[in-house]
Amino acid sequence: MSAIEAPVIEATGLTKRYGRFTAVDGIDLAIGKGEVFGLLGPNGSGKTTTILLLLGLTEPSAGEIRVLGLDPLRKPLSVKRRVGYLPDQIGFYDHLSAVENLAYTARLAGLASPEAGKRIAEALERVRLSDVRDRRVSTYSRGMRQRLGLAEVLVKGSEIAILDEPTSGLDPQSTQELLDLIRELAADGVTIVLSSHLLSMMQSLCDRVALFRRGRIGLIGKVADLTADVLGGTHVVEVEASGVDLPAVLAGAPHVSAVTPLKGGRWRVDADADVRADIARRVVNASGALSEMTIRQSSLDEVYVRFFEGEDHDRAA
Amino acid sequence: MTGRREGSPFSGLSTVALKEAADHMNSARIHLVMLLVLLTAIGSVYAAIGQIKATIGEDQFLFLRLFTTAQEPLPSFVSFLGFLIPLVAIALGFDAINGEYSRRTLSRVLSQPIYRDALLTGKFLGGLIVIAICLLTLWLLVTGLGIVLLGLPPSGEEIARELAFLFASFVYAGVWLAVAMAFSTLVKSPATSALCALTLWLVFTVFWPMLAPLVAGAIAPVDLLDPMTAVHQIAVQQGLSRISPNVLYGEATLALLNPATRSLGLLFPSQLSGALMGAPLPLSASLGLVWPQIAGMIAALIVLFTIAYVSFQRQEIRA
Ligand SMILES: Nc1ncnc2c1ncn2[C@@H]1O[C@H](COP(=O)(O)OP(=O)(O)OP(=O)(O)O)[C@@H](O)[C@H]1O
Ligand SMILES: [Mg+2]
Repeated sequence: MSAIEAPVIEATGLTKRYGRFTAVDGIDLAIGKGEVFGLLGPNGSGKTTTILLLLGLTEPSAGEIRVLGLDPLRKPLSVKRRVGYLPDQIGFYDHLSAVENLAYTARLAGLASPEAGKRIAEALERVRLSDVRDRRVSTYSRGMRQRLGLAEVLVKGSEIAILDEPTSGLDPQSTQELLDLIRELAADGVTIVLSSHLLSMMQSLCDRVALFRRGRIGLIGKVADLTADVLGGTHVVEVEASGVDLPAVLAGAPHVSAVTPLKGGRWRVDADADVRADIARRVVNASGALSEMTIRQSSLDEVYVRFFEGEDHDRAA
Repeated sequence: MTGRREGSPFSGLSTVALKEAADHMNSARIHLVMLLVLLTAIGSVYAAIGQIKATIGEDQFLFLRLFTTAQEPLPSFVSFLGFLIPLVAIALGFDAINGEYSRRTLSRVLSQPIYRDALLTGKFLGGLIVIAICLLTLWLLVTGLGIVLLGLPPSGEEIARELAFLFASFVYAGVWLAVAMAFSTLVKSPATSALCALTLWLVFTVFWPMLAPLVAGAIAPVDLLDPMTAVHQIAVQQGLSRISPNVLYGEATLALLNPATRSLGLLFPSQLSGALMGAPLPLSASLGLVWPQIAGMIAALIVLFTIAYVSFQRQEIRA
């Protein structure tokens, strides 16, 4: 793991046990200021538990946490004042309106009411709930509640925003807006930790990701580095050719890390650069016929699938 | 836990308390219970007035009779209160904590810079505020009704005794609010915690008065040859029945609103020596008489609140 200078979130040997079951198993984590950090992993792999530990909402069984240099257990108020949190299962006081709900948490957060009123109006505008701001939350749809939760994080205006599955229940447009919102926040220097199962979104959004497996971090790093490590390359070239044995032809070719046969005379070539020209030259030199070649960046999806290959999906019991 | 904690455990307390009080004041559930209380109160006082009017001029504490006179088939105002106050308190508190879980608002609220203490205490205070407002309104209403219908104002001592009675009612309501809140932290589902609290209420209002003599008979059987065993049995029975806050409240109201009450236990002739039968006790003596009852209720309230507090502190936020 590359050393993060002046991390805003730091965990060492973080462990959480529920009875005999270990939900988080000795993870080490360092997140730098202004980073967008993604938590990935199958259901029940410990992402939400890790988040609760970072916020001091649950006590660790072992290990150390520092958030903004503070221990969330000893300085819970200072930490919670500076960290915004969007829980995975969000609920509101149904008999109150959106504004009243936000005003309540803003008061709890210690915001003076004129300032809070201004921020609430801005935040609701930003998540497109201004039109329904005075309606009872009981009339809100799932996605509207999710957006209201985001508005709450915006109202708090914190240095760190921890979002647990912020995209769940959002329509495509709202998901896109969430992406823009997160990018804006990150540009303002807010550190963002988020978990999500939308891998393509996470790939485009996150500076670094951590893949959780059974309460441990199996992989951590930049998406590009992970694809290189797990798949052996950042690019995938699919080649359709006849009259050649592609693995033999590409043996020793620079940048190429793997050649795997696919169906119908096609191969998949993993490489860490754009090697199309080289492949074409070699196929032609070997007097083969090249009929098609496509290239794409390796995706987080593939890393994910490869990493959890052969994993017993329902490990919890 | 982790040594000295940072900041005040009560930051956010008033915010929570005021929000809870406002929520209660706007909730249909509370409106309904309050309506019930109001109707029965007015009914019983109105019925009492008919009887009291006959004795105007003979009774030094006419106004207090408003509260204690029962006119068949209606029970007196105080017995109505003893019966209904727990219902109000349970309605206010039965889903205090588990309601936050089931609405999934808890993690959002606790991720704000407040301690759990503030949430629990704030909810308790919010309930107490509502109870105080309701009791005051009820008292003013009854007093007003009395002045209009009897045509004379209460004396200073009567007002003092009524205020003491209001305080006792407030503490009594607090005990039941603490009962309801303890169940709301111990039991996960609001429906179940409401049932638990109502069951306890039923036990104490209906079954306890029947059960206490039976249990006392078993614990301390009477020996016909030894009269002291009879006294002992009665003492045991009284001790048992005083486990019920309803009994404590009943005794407190009796002594406060009926100034002639000289003792809340067995009365021995020695205690009566020099006393004029039926002569009223001064207020200070009545207060001295009910002090143990009030203190007992306050102690129960604190124990119940501590149970709720401890169980809430240990709870996982996801449950
Ligand atoms: N209060 C609890 N008691 C016992 N086990 C728990 C408790 N809370 C969580 N767990 C267990 O801890 C494990 C990790 O749960 P966690 O919610 O952190 O997973 P997750 O990675 O967030 O999953 P998802 O993608 O479904 O949100 C799960 O197996 C879960 O069953
Ligand atoms: Mg989760």
